[in-house]
Amino acid sequence: MIIDHPLLGPRDAQEFVYLGDADLINRPDWQAEDAADAFHDYLYLRDNPAGVHRELWYHEQGDRSWLVVTRDTLTHEISKVELARDVARAQGRGR
Amino acid sequence: MKQVNRLSGGLVDRDQVLGFTFDGKRYEGHGGDTLASALLANGVRLMGRSFKYHRPRGVMTAGSEEPDALVELRSGGRQEPNTRATVAELFDGMQARSQNRWPSLRHDMMAVNDRLSNFLTAGFYYKTFMWPKAFWEKLYEPTIRHAAGLGRVSGEDDPDVYDKGFLHCDLLIIGAGPAGLSAALTAGRAGARVILADEDFAFGGRLNAEMFEVGGEAGSDWAKAAVAELASMGNVRLMARTTVVGAFDHGVYGAVERVADHVAAPVEGQPRQVFWRITSKRALLCAGATERPIAFANNDRPGIMMASAVRSFANRWAVAAHETVAVFTNNDDGHRTAADLIAKGVRVTAVIDTRADAPAVEGAELFAGAQVIDSRGRLGLESVRIRTAQGFTRDIVCGALAVSGGWNPNVHLTCHQRGRPQWDETLAAFVPGPDLPVGMLVAGAASGVLSTEGALRTGAEGAVAVLADLGIAATAAVPQAEDAPVDLTPFWHVSESKGRAWIDMQNDVTVKDIKLAHQENFVSVEHLKRYTTLGMATDQGKTSNMGGLAVMAELTGKSIPETGTTMFRPPYTPVSFGALAGRAVGKHFHPVRETPSHNWATERGAVFVEVGDWLRAQWFPQPGETHWRQSVDREVLATRRSVGVCDVTTLGKIDVQGADAAEFLNKVYANAFAKLPVGKVRYGLMLREDGIAYDDGTAARFAEDHFVVTTTTANAVLVYRQMEFARQCLWPDLDVQLISTTEAWAQYAVAGPNSRKLLEKIVDPRFDISNEAFPFMACGEVTICGGLRARLFRISFSGELAYEIAVPTRYGDAMIRALMDEGEAFDVVPYGTEALGVMRIEKGHAAGNELNGTTTALNLGMGRMVSKKKDCIGNTLSERAGLNMADALKLVGVKPVDATQAVKAGGHLMAKEGPVDAAHDQGYVTSAAYSPILESSIGLALLKNGAARLGEVMRIANPLEGDDVEVEIVSAHFVDPDGEKLRV
Repeated sequence: MIIDHPLLGPRDAQEFVYLGDADLINRPDWQAEDAADAFHDYLYLRDNPAGVHRELWYHEQGDRSWLVVTRDTLTHEISKVELARDVARAQGRGR
Repeated sequence: MKQVNRLSGGLVDRDQVLGFTFDGKRYEGHGGDTLASALLANGVRLMGRSFKYHRPRGVMTAGSEEPDALVELRSGGRQEPNTRATVAELFDGMQARSQNRWPSLRHDMMAVNDRLSNFLTAGFYYKTFMWPKAFWEKLYEPTIRHAAGLGRVSGEDDPDVYDKGFLHCDLLIIGAGPAGLSAALTAGRAGARVILADEDFAFGGRLNAEMFEVGGEAGSDWAKAAVAELASMGNVRLMARTTVVGAFDHGVYGAVERVADHVAAPVEGQPRQVFWRITSKRALLCAGATERPIAFANNDRPGIMMASAVRSFANRWAVAAHETVAVFTNNDDGHRTAADLIAKGVRVTAVIDTRADAPAVEGAELFAGAQVIDSRGRLGLESVRIRTAQGFTRDIVCGALAVSGGWNPNVHLTCHQRGRPQWDETLAAFVPGPDLPVGMLVAGAASGVLSTEGALRTGAEGAVAVLADLGIAATAAVPQAEDAPVDLTPFWHVSESKGRAWIDMQNDVTVKDIKLAHQENFVSVEHLKRYTTLGMATDQGKTSNMGGLAVMAELTGKSIPETGTTMFRPPYTPVSFGALAGRAVGKHFHPVRETPSHNWATERGAVFVEVGDWLRAQWFPQPGETHWRQSVDREVLATRRSVGVCDVTTLGKIDVQGADAAEFLNKVYANAFAKLPVGKVRYGLMLREDGIAYDDGTAARFAEDHFVVTTTTANAVLVYRQMEFARQCLWPDLDVQLISTTEAWAQYAVAGPNSRKLLEKIVDPRFDISNEAFPFMACGEVTICGGLRARLFRISFSGELAYEIAVPTRYGDAMIRALMDEGEAFDVVPYGTEALGVMRIEKGHAAGNELNGTTTALNLGMGRMVSKKKDCIGNTLSERAGLNMADALKLVGVKPVDATQAVKAGGHLMAKEGPVDAAHDQGYVTSAAYSPILESSIGLALLKNGAARLGEVMRIANPLEGDDVEVEIVSAHFVDPDGEKLRV
């Protein structure tokens, strides 16, 4: 597979390490009332769709960027590649 | 030996005479021959024995689809089994041997299997070797294994180099027949970056095997001119002897180039084969088509061949398959073979055409509406028996029978991304379906366009269409050529045949076997394949799958498209392990990391151990030491008595900088770092998000905004990856930067009561490293040996007064030598990872055996370190009730009551009296060692409610090894429990 890195252009998937569902970005608030349940769901409940999936890839043999790759798990078609940091910020993560 | 069947003409180079041997006998061929064409030229029809019944077999095809003519090539380390004689390019001195026969090809003892064929039907293994059960392992399997297989490998190392390579192009054209050449000319002239790959050593495909004209000249001449033009273009790469074996995601193709298979041995430095990974923007599949046979009784005798192969041998290689040839066909293509042979003066004894309205043949007797029902000839075809349209039987004398059942487009690569082919009624064959791999187009015979002009036209048009997609303008120029329509009446097998009619020659699958599979309800094509082995092995059923499907369709009353095909998977043709491995063999299988002191340690005779990719010194034997324990005990005692040095370079090092560096460490470590003063080091424990302990190390603060943290050797890469995840994905606005500096610094632990005295001789005098100025857990930047910058940490893993000193990697070798020289006054010893391990167990420090993926900070006695006042990875879930039970495992020490007994890691703790079983399990030993200080075996263990059970006598049970040792539960800190040694 080829992943079109937003900073470096098309790169072979062999340069990357795969992590999984991009929802791992949405780490719950540790001070919330239901923190224990929220962390349980965050850690153990993951979607595994046959179809379009947003997932985390790490450019370990490259610039060490974490990317959010939107990939169809049935066809391997990649429709979008974003810097995970931008995605995290857009989802309200900060410090 | 004369080449009795060599004709005139052809594309062989008669000036080049090549000598070769087959089963030890010498023959001659010409440049441009394959082993198969050269053997046929010499009148050799018998080339092998079949897999199961050891039936005599000859060559059936002229290409890579060959199921029968499999030979062993070369000898020694270069010996190669199961090579298809049809693609083995002849070279001078070639040695080839037949396979799967004993004692000789003509007299094969195992041919007795053929007499037992009634017992050896489909599913034979599954039915026969069931009872008694115990016989399977001891008798049946070894016997079957001995009889199984075709060729043999020598077992010697392959002396050749194999390589891997990467290529990029606008357009990859797979196959250089009329369609491929026409496409390459079109795209090449338009300036696109083109790769043209073909498995053959000569470009042209069927143009080299037919007598057709293209644009008024011989097809082979047109091909030659096209290749010359393409070779002159800088934007076109011609890759002969290169098979594209698989279509992968996103336009990536795998291809094997046989760089030096056509010579006796590669020249110095040349790879034997190269596995190419081709990244293409678009691909045009011009892989042609494969002719299929018609099954009839005893249709496997040497001399029975595909009609197109007989034609290829005659036209391209100037070889008659035999002096007398008959043709058996259901379509016009068979007639071409007859016509070409007659034109070359070969005697065609009959053309047997299943069609009642078959066209007339000039120069041979035609039997329209007739069928071949049997054949004769023990080691080679002598005659065929036919049934005429009128119902009479007749024997026709022939040494070769050219069979044509129609053509199957080579759709394989169109299906590598789960696409399915679709049925074409006119061709009675599968053609590429709509679900092609992204970026792929198909042209020529592979797309079901079987005429020469059709191939030239669709190739050129395909290239134009593909280039338009890429924004490159191109024009198609198509020369005039043969454009005959396909005239075929489907005919798969002769049903009135009495004997066995072979569908799959390579796996010895007959029409009867398929009937049996059907009778036993293995009707799905995937079941049929596995039950009968139809379509398996080196040829993957290129000549047999369609026949098998047709028979099954007939039996089930379904159509062929309803019956369906099995899945096409890479590789298209067999790929050698050498090509797949490339250079990753032997010592290059994975990289080796050596520390800067490696050469020095080697000089000292160190014994090394692999830790991930690293090699670490395990111990340093001295003269007279015969057992590793002697070396390790000496290293421990000398270190504890005076001073020892250990290379700890392999620990992961991460530089953490930025205004929020402390805040960041607070989040990734369980314990707090914000208040750590500059110039101090703190132990850090890292949790996984589920609350389980992950890794540990130290963090040294060199400035308000600068920390250097260490990780364990094993987790260096993973911890860094996890920290980058935290930095980019979880807290993207923290002002912090990370970089791995593991390989930038050489680091040594200097441990023992004299460690400071030794370091005072190394560290430049303007740095005060006295106990007061540089106390326990201090860190700082210093200079050593007269100005070299270094980092000094006062930390201890051994429990002694100890330091770690780091210098830039290139000074690592000088550093260890300086420490050894200056340390002579203190009888310094180097110590390895074993002594390191003994000392950390004596001290009760947790390591990988304790941080084993199931333990929490609480288990490790570090529960209070997990800060409740801040957010950090793992703290929320570490509070789960299940991880905090009153009887949770706690780290303790164990010591045998009888000092002569030994504790072993892995043993389980049980009550002294009472049952030994899982229900009464109290915990387990994680680490064990012999302590030379205590003169006893000791261990660390995780014990239920362990902290409250010090002094209890228990037993360690290891039923697997029959061990049962009484132990006393003690503090995990066997040595210096109050840490006084650390602070002096």
